[in-house]
Amino acid sequence: MAEVLVCVKRVPQATTEPVITADGLGIDATMTGSTMSPHEECAVELATQIADATQGSATVLTLGGAESVDQLRDALSVGVTAAVHIEADPAAFGPADVARAIAEVVRAKAATGAPYDVVLLGNDAADTGDFQVGVRVAYALDWPVVAGCSTVAVDGSVASCVADGPEGTGVFEVALPVVATVLEGGVEPRYPSLMGRMKAKKVAIETVVPGFTPAGSGRVGLALPPPIPNEVEILGQGASAAPAVVAVLKELGVVR
Amino acid sequence: MALVYVEVDGSELSDVSLEALTVGRGLDGPLEAVVVGSVPDAGVAQLREFGVATVRVAQAAFLDRYAAAGYAAAVVSALSSSGATVLVGPGSPRSTEVLAHVAARLDTAMAANVVEVQPVGVGSPVTVVRQVMGGSVRETMRVDGPVAVLVVAGHAVEAVPAASAGAGDVVTFAPEVSAADLRATMTRVQAAEGADTSRLAKARVVVGAGRGAGSPDGFGPCIELAGLLGGVLGVSRAVTAAGWRPHHEQVGQTGTKISPELYVPCGISGAIQHWAGCSSAQTILAVNTDDEAPMVTRARYAVIGDMHEVVPAVIEALRARS
Repeated sequence: MAEVLVCVKRVPQATTEPVITADGLGIDATMTGSTMSPHEECAVELATQIADATQGSATVLTLGGAESVDQLRDALSVGVTAAVHIEADPAAFGPADVARAIAEVVRAKAATGAPYDVVLLGNDAADTGDFQVGVRVAYALDWPVVAGCSTVAVDGSVASCVADGPEGTGVFEVALPVVATVLEGGVEPRYPSLMGRMKAKKVAIETVVPGFTPAGSGRVGLALPPPIPNEVEILGQGASAAPAVVAVLKELGVVR
Repeated sequence: MALVYVEVDGSELSDVSLEALTVGRGLDGPLEAVVVGSVPDAGVAQLREFGVATVRVAQAAFLDRYAAAGYAAAVVSALSSSGATVLVGPGSPRSTEVLAHVAARLDTAMAANVVEVQPVGVGSPVTVVRQVMGGSVRETMRVDGPVAVLVVAGHAVEAVPAASAGAGDVVTFAPEVSAADLRATMTRVQAAEGADTSRLAKARVVVGAGRGAGSPDGFGPCIELAGLLGGVLGVSRAVTAAGWRPHHEQVGQTGTKISPELYVPCGISGAIQHWAGCSSAQTILAVNTDDEAPMVTRARYAVIGDMHEVVPAVIEALRARS
């Protein structure tokens, strides 16, 4: 019976060019909307699978404002059964702060006598791309951590984490408790059913506040990169462009 | 001064390691490097060529099987010996993981996807510019702490040898680790049949296919073209999300980042998610029905048309030549 905590982050949708807020410090998601990082969608799926396979339970956690409850409800609609909302201004929290806040929740749970066995996170957030929160959570708890996992399974007191590396596909068999960060691709996130969505609305969300003042992310400002000059040479329309394409391939040295 | 964590790929250093050395050399003071495992002679020659004065090589039996915390312990030991205040690493998944461990161990800040280190005065925190939002936004970030840990964005910086070579003195050391550092050690490597992303990441030519493929059966011509050009197939997230092709073929922010000499995206609009993975291609030749699609306007060459007509015609033209 594995107790799994899966951590998710509300991030702006990345379907259109980002809009930077007037103060130059954030992304304005008013028009684009927000979502959960793609890696975390897979982490949620894995949390649900582990809970199902071990007759355990999966809890979702996020740190953010009131609006980030949307992402908790999304996870609750696909099989997670409990949720913790760390209520805080996410812009004030750097990756080390977020890790510290998550570790506080994990320790508090352990103090109840029903500790988490597995903490899952996305490998990196789609917006800030910090690549470190999971590792820092592990160090804060003195737990082992495996990063970049495509799958994580639990058998008794051991987690089997699969992660690609230069050697090939590596298997890390690690004694619980463990932190694992997840990459998209190993599992297919399930779609919420109507019943799942209805059920998610009724789940009581535990709200906590961090017990410390965050150090911050070090962000000085955001800017859009210089626009890419449009230098495209149109080689033609449809199939009739094939000879021009071949000429370019030859010029580039791709074909002789 | 800076210490650069470098990785070996075959008989040489990885391309992204050379990029990290270029960034590290731009900082004040002598340049040092740390390698975990062994470094081939050609790698030492490259380190000299890129201006490295001292190469610290961590060697121990426990390093035979990968454990990120064990690797990090070795890097921390090299940091301590070198006295470096900036640690720079290449933009590979493993380097990023190891440096995250280092940052956590030292309780110091880490910046990933760095594209520029801004000049600062002595005693001031290092300030960097880095990619966020899949590379569509640049963040200026102050990296506070006793050691600034920086991971350079892969293929975002040109690797440039030093004006004058470094001594490249090799110092071998045996790092110490605790049992806790080896709790998450790779147990075994399993067959990677069908899931080898390294071919895509290193491919000289990639032919991309997106939603325009239309169905799981719509990729044949792109695969054939890739074969004719000595390349491989890459696909967009829309394709893998639809279940048309496996995830290990996905190019993008949450897939493989490619840097081929030629990328031929067919029926791919060029959304931010995809651009994050292909923007390092040297030349892009796009095939798309929409002449205003971001992939077309960012390409060097484009054909406006249906990939199902254009790609077979190109294949026919190529075959007619041989």
